Amino acid sequence: MDPMEALVAQIQGLSSTPGDIARLHIILKQADDSLRAESTRLSPVLGQLAPSEHSLGFLYVLDAFTSGQISKQQAETSVPIITGFINACNAEQIRLAPEKFVLVCKRLKDQVMMLEAPIRGVGPLLTAARKLQLSTEHLTPLHSDFLMLCVLAKCYKTGLSILEDDIFEVDQPRDLFLYCYYGGMICIGLKRFQKALDLLHNVVTAPMSTLNAIAVEAYKKYILVSLIHHGQWQLSTSLPKYASSVAQRSLKNFCQPYIELANSYGTEKIAELEAYVQTNTEKFENDNNLGLVKQVVLSMYKRNIQRLTQTYLTLSLQDIANTVQLNSPKEAEMHVLQMIQDGEIYATINQRDGMVRFLEDPEQYKTCEMIENIDSSIQRIMALSRKLSAMDEQISCDQLYLSKVGRERQRYDFDDFDVPTKFNI
Amino acid sequence: MDADDETFAPITDEVGTNGGDEQRSRRPIISGDHLDIEAYASLYSGRTKIMRLLFIADHSSDEKVGNPSMNLEALRMAYDEIKKGENTQLMREVAQKINGRLGPSYELDSAWCDAVDHRAEQKKEKLDNELNAYRTNLIKESIRMGYNDFGDFYYAHGQLGDAFKSYVRTRDYCTTSKHIVHMCMSVILVSIEMGQFTHVTSYVNKAEQAPDALDSITIAKLRCAAGLANLEAKKYKLAARKFLETNPELGSHYSEVIAPQDVATYGGLCALATFDRTELKSKVIDNLNFRNFLELVPEVRELINDFYSSHYASCLEYLGNLKANLLLDIHLHDHVETLYDQIRHKALIQYTLPFLSVDLSMMANAFKTTVAELQKELEALITDNQIQARIDSHNKILYARHADQRNATFQRVLETGREFDRDVRSMLLRSNLVKHDYNVRQFRKL
Repeated sequence: MDPMEALVAQIQGLSSTPGDIARLHIILKQADDSLRAESTRLSPVLGQLAPSEHSLGFLYVLDAFTSGQISKQQAETSVPIITGFINACNAEQIRLAPEKFVLVCKRLKDQVMMLEAPIRGVGPLLTAARKLQLSTEHLTPLHSDFLMLCVLAKCYKTGLSILEDDIFEVDQPRDLFLYCYYGGMICIGLKRFQKALDLLHNVVTAPMSTLNAIAVEAYKKYILVSLIHHGQWQLSTSLPKYASSVAQRSLKNFCQPYIELANSYGTEKIAELEAYVQTNTEKFENDNNLGLVKQVVLSMYKRNIQRLTQTYLTLSLQDIANTVQLNSPKEAEMHVLQMIQDGEIYATINQRDGMVRFLEDPEQYKTCEMIENIDSSIQRIMALSRKLSAMDEQISCDQLYLSKVGRERQRYDFDDFDVPTKFNI
Repeated sequence: MDADDETFAPITDEVGTNGGDEQRSRRPIISGDHLDIEAYASLYSGRTKIMRLLFIADHSSDEKVGNPSMNLEALRMAYDEIKKGENTQLMREVAQKINGRLGPSYELDSAWCDAVDHRAEQKKEKLDNELNAYRTNLIKESIRMGYNDFGDFYYAHGQLGDAFKSYVRTRDYCTTSKHIVHMCMSVILVSIEMGQFTHVTSYVNKAEQAPDALDSITIAKLRCAAGLANLEAKKYKLAARKFLETNPELGSHYSEVIAPQDVATYGGLCALATFDRTELKSKVIDNLNFRNFLELVPEVRELINDFYSSHYASCLEYLGNLKANLLLDIHLHDHVETLYDQIRHKALIQYTLPFLSVDLSMMANAFKTTVAELQKELEALITDNQIQARIDSHNKILYARHADQRNATFQRVLETGREFDRDVRSMLLRSNLVKHDYNVRQFRKL
């Protein structure tokens, strides 16, 4: 019998009980090299296997099948196969060989990139990531690829579904960096700046021993987004203490134009900011951040109008245009209107005499929705604090941690022991 | 000299529109347009007199507060004063500044300079010999005297750095607390002249810690020095406290540094700029000691009273009239603008404080400004959160705004919750990453 046929038979026979699958896994591992050698004639073999039942076997064969260099035409045929497999496969079986699964999924990503149709990979990769992760707190290597395809395909909403999970378990730091960076970009695309800030913040403050390009790019975006969202740059002096020393020392050196932009923003003079952006357009364009920079400039108008609401009860559109340095009352009206619509200020415009009346925030914190909102916040924080204590407990029982602390403790003990003898002269 | 006659400025008609006492007596406000240099200089003695005159000369020419005649007048008096001393360095500087404009009798007198320099050389040698002799004999008191003489010598000749060093050196040979105080006073004097006000503070502290009780004049002197140091450090509130604590016995005993008139002016302005109403009442207006000082400068007394009784227009007018002279003051010069701004802001804030709504045109009237200007000032103060109010620019009315504590609390709580949530999550994530790093290292080891 042809070894290939035998293998197929074994896969078909040994895919039902967990014990069988474990045995099959061993067989497959041994057969891996021969499968790769035969990669060109595996296409019929795949037809003989059912991806939902023989997931593990199918995965090994598929891996071997896609391992070689492929052309565009081949990609056209293999993308549907992989997609079909991802949709149909059995999650428990593929978790036995996560590296292989990740590898196959990454090939899918490469292929859809080659076909210049990133949107074709979005759905399958989401399914794949969901199948691979053990819990929603677990970050798989597929997360970052999925988010990257989302960014490329502009499917921001789909990307958000995965970003809403809180991630705590991470296999590879690099995955986290990319996940947070792409996630930040998706949130920026959806104008959810607070969330974007949180994600980028994670990148910038993550522990790292050497500076990496992802962190640098994230830092640039972080500066811009915090200008847009907060109207100021909180980390102007230094990063928080828990950031790695590398980041504290050298991130700034790579982002000079952005730091200057933030400083220029701080002067609250729109003309100055615009002039600065004008002269440095090229730099921002090279970083693909020009769009964000333009949003920064726009946010300055908004910030200035918002400041007026603090000082004035009524103000004519002409005065607004003058103080905020807009060209005409008409333009001021558009800005104010837009901001009222977005809920950024509370005001009414009286078109007859061109006056704007600023109102107080109507939120009285008395409605049921608000109470529910507060309640859910409390619940969330309680859950979080439970998690925190669990984590604390876990760390205090962690062997590595204890052995490290124990070593230091011993030294202290030795010192303690030493102290009295010193004084016992 | 036309600075002698006091011109009477017509007081502007409307004073306070909020006090309800529009029949307030229309007292003429004395305008201090031109500083009477001679009277001013007579308040001081020693080096500070020269320095103050030179300061006036410099600033009356380049700023629009004085006139050329004042410049020359100041230089002439400085020249005369220097001639009495032994500071040839200053002599050369002044002669260069006069530049022959005062006729032949105020040229650089090189014969005098040479003679003084020659004498100085001899005296230095003598002092040197004496000091060496004392040092070989190891008589503490004599060594102290020797260094002290050196300090005096250097000070007279304008070598302030060396004078400072010599005075400080006497410290090791001080045997009684009186000596220590003497040393401190000398060091303080030199430091003030040098503009090293950090030294002033530390030596004032040292002097105050002397074990024996100090006489009241010395205490007053120390208060003044501390006040000056705080003033220079822009700690106006502390400066005000120190000046207010100064005992009127000071009189003209400290004329080598400060005149009692200055104590009143400095203290009054600093207090006005930084104290709140109750403090102003209890520490300035009801302060018997300080009242004696204020009597010396009636303008300042009047303006403080005006400020307290909310006659802001006349208060600001007094200030405006004083400004030219204050700008010629060696110590206050740099701080006049800041203090004036602060006083004005305080006045604005106090004006609005008791009202729920204020008509801007009335207020502008009380402050002698236009509505538009006033609106701008108020805007800045509101943005700074110094006035809790909002402007109705349509009707030109300022409405007080009382923050809703409940809403603010809710807002803060939610915000804090969000922050906590975010921080904890990213902390957990980081700790996991750190753990991961450990794991990787562990694998490598195996």
